[in-house]
Amino acid sequence: MDTKNIMIVGVGGQGTLLASKMLGYVLLGQGYDVKVSEVHGMSQRGGSVVTYVRYGKKVYSPVIDKGEADIIISFEKLEAARWLEYLKTDGLIITNTQEVEPMPVITGAAEYPQQLIEKMQAAGAKVDAKDFLSIAQSAGSAKAVNIALMGRLSTYFPEISDEQWQEAIEKIVPPKFLELNRTAFEAGRNA
Amino acid sequence: MKELMLGNKAVARGLYEAGCMVVSSYPGTPSTEITEEAAKYDEVYCEWAPNEKVALEVAHGATVGGRRSACAMKHVGLNVAADPLFTISYQGLNAGLVICVADDPGMHSSQNEQDSRHYAKAAKIPMLEPSDSQEALTFTKKAFEMSEKYNTPVLIKMCTRVSHSQSVVEPGERVVPEQVPYVKDPAKVMMTLNSRNAHVRVEQRTKDLTALAEDCDFNRVEMGDIKLGIITSSTSYQYAREVFGEKASILKLGMIYPLPEKLILDFASRVDEVIVLEELDPFIEEHCRQLGIKVRGKDLFPICGEFSQNLVRECMGMDTAPVLHIDDNIPPRPPVMCAGCPHRGIFYTLKKNNCMVYGDIGCYTLGAVAPLNAMDLNVCMGASCSGLHGFNKVMGEQGEKHSVGVIGDSTFIHSGITGITDIAYNMSNSTVIILDNSITGMTGHQQNPTTGKNLRGEPAGKVDLEALCRAIGFERVRVVDPYNLAEVDAVLKEELAADEPSIIISRRPCVMIKGTVHKPPLKVDTDKCIGCKACMRIGCPAISVTDGKAKIDPTLCVGCEVCTQMCKFDALKA
Repeated sequence: MDTKNIMIVGVGGQGTLLASKMLGYVLLGQGYDVKVSEVHGMSQRGGSVVTYVRYGKKVYSPVIDKGEADIIISFEKLEAARWLEYLKTDGLIITNTQEVEPMPVITGAAEYPQQLIEKMQAAGAKVDAKDFLSIAQSAGSAKAVNIALMGRLSTYFPEISDEQWQEAIEKIVPPKFLELNRTAFEAGRNA
Repeated sequence: MKELMLGNKAVARGLYEAGCMVVSSYPGTPSTEITEEAAKYDEVYCEWAPNEKVALEVAHGATVGGRRSACAMKHVGLNVAADPLFTISYQGLNAGLVICVADDPGMHSSQNEQDSRHYAKAAKIPMLEPSDSQEALTFTKKAFEMSEKYNTPVLIKMCTRVSHSQSVVEPGERVVPEQVPYVKDPAKVMMTLNSRNAHVRVEQRTKDLTALAEDCDFNRVEMGDIKLGIITSSTSYQYAREVFGEKASILKLGMIYPLPEKLILDFASRVDEVIVLEELDPFIEEHCRQLGIKVRGKDLFPICGEFSQNLVRECMGMDTAPVLHIDDNIPPRPPVMCAGCPHRGIFYTLKKNNCMVYGDIGCYTLGAVAPLNAMDLNVCMGASCSGLHGFNKVMGEQGEKHSVGVIGDSTFIHSGITGITDIAYNMSNSTVIILDNSITGMTGHQQNPTTGKNLRGEPAGKVDLEALCRAIGFERVRVVDPYNLAEVDAVLKEELAADEPSIIISRRPCVMIKGTVHKPPLKVDTDKCIGCKACMRIGCPAISVTDGKAKIDPTLCVGCEVCTQMCKFDALKA
């Protein structure tokens, strides 16, 4: 099979690294070659962050380039739009509808664009947009947005069993937050 | 069992499996996790050293004691460690020494984009360059064998994409070689005849290592279509394979110094056209040209910035995938100081007082961005102290009364102490602010000599900053709470006015330190708020204005109350 590409994008501090770790673990368990590329350091301080997850028979480049992503999972609406050009023309965006204003918007130097979901759809992207923040909050914590989004992603992988996702949660999440994250995963899955 | 492993963790695993006993490092993106991951193995003694020079000297000392040792640093860290590097190359070892250095093409988290490969050549030290996590592990282990066989330190060169990518590795067992007994050897004192003899030995060693490079596991030829031959290494190899698959032949170099000659000439003779694909400087390309090979390299690919598969395609005149597009301007999302960051009050006050601010390396470099815009320049670790002194020497009162150096606690220990010593010794009327947030913040919260804890978080020695500054010769050492804007403003004015050198220590722990108890988020009294936006002048990401009223994001606010001091209407409340 050709190498498949999933991007996880968001705002520094939203837990994108944990999500990519979980996804990498699940895909490795499927027998794929996997590469996960992250950026640490400066951009973690509330900046725009991106993680690349690639899997297939043999993966070479650790990064995903413009026009190559099969799926973009976005933790924040503006970030989905920022990375749109990385999506394949028939690709899928799963996005949280939450808005986190970047500093230029806060200071009034720029405006937060309106109707981004509709515009991305009009451009040709398939968009699965939900308020995953509320979903995570109902499940017990706003911090579980990452796992709720993973739950949603799992619905696009019918070949991967629930047990395998559950095993990954258990492996990645600290024991005291396990139940919370299981609930968030289920809520995201059924959203 | 196979597992997905971060490149840096794979280096740490390699250190562990090779029986490495000591790792001494200074944190720096993208190298930090090498040492953090090594510290997870109880059998390996790991420490944060005050800077990279010290770290390398510690690791070398441990090899003199007969145990395999290592250190890790970012590219600019190797500049700091360059002094011992060049002479350890002569000195030799009593057990293997591996020096890991991580470059940052694209400058994700660095102040420059220097290419560390030049150090290998300049210091005449072999350098291995892995292209994924499995190679990071294998090369690190083999580096120790090479180090001992050729009596040389070995550099492992990482880059952001290898350091911070996870790929599949197969870990092995740890094997610890016997400790090599220490024997006093008069030839180890690097002076006159000994140094001259050592240099002769080093030149012979480079010849021996070049012979090794001709035929070793690190360098390999992957023949495909012979129309195009690509000489490459590191992550560029991955892009080459991604773009060309079997449609090109590849010479993949894992040993980057010394470079082979015959191997490259042979490869070039087997293909119609040769290109060199390498990030940053034309290091391999120049070697090929020296061999008289007609190659293309930097005439096709840029020196600046990071590569990717599309960049390779575009430079080669190949098509890239079509993209989707929307017309909106997407506002940038630059990194910002966290809500409640103790640095904010300092930079706000510096801006208010219209100070010339000589900055330094750390989270607080973010004081340069809008709306604070309170940093004039920065260079390298410690330059805020010494550079400020030079500035004031020529500016006189015009500089002295209006300028400060700003340096974090960890950076101060790293390279600020010598700078403020120059200020005190040469009696410069300069004011340095030490931002003591009790942690090394930017690189992800490492302990340092001012925190009283070691790398593993256990109790450790603690530098008393006030006593240190007084001992150096500062009569004026003030401590302020950066959450108290009036206090910061008053003390700053006093110290700038004083006709002698001053230290202001701004003391407040980073709000992101694990276990820090935060106050509840503040609330906006919408009856009192007139929407004047005075609170927004401090650039806190938790504050925005919606429908003419200030709004506080309760998930970000930590209740620091700096914004309440900006509000004349008492509208922001605990």
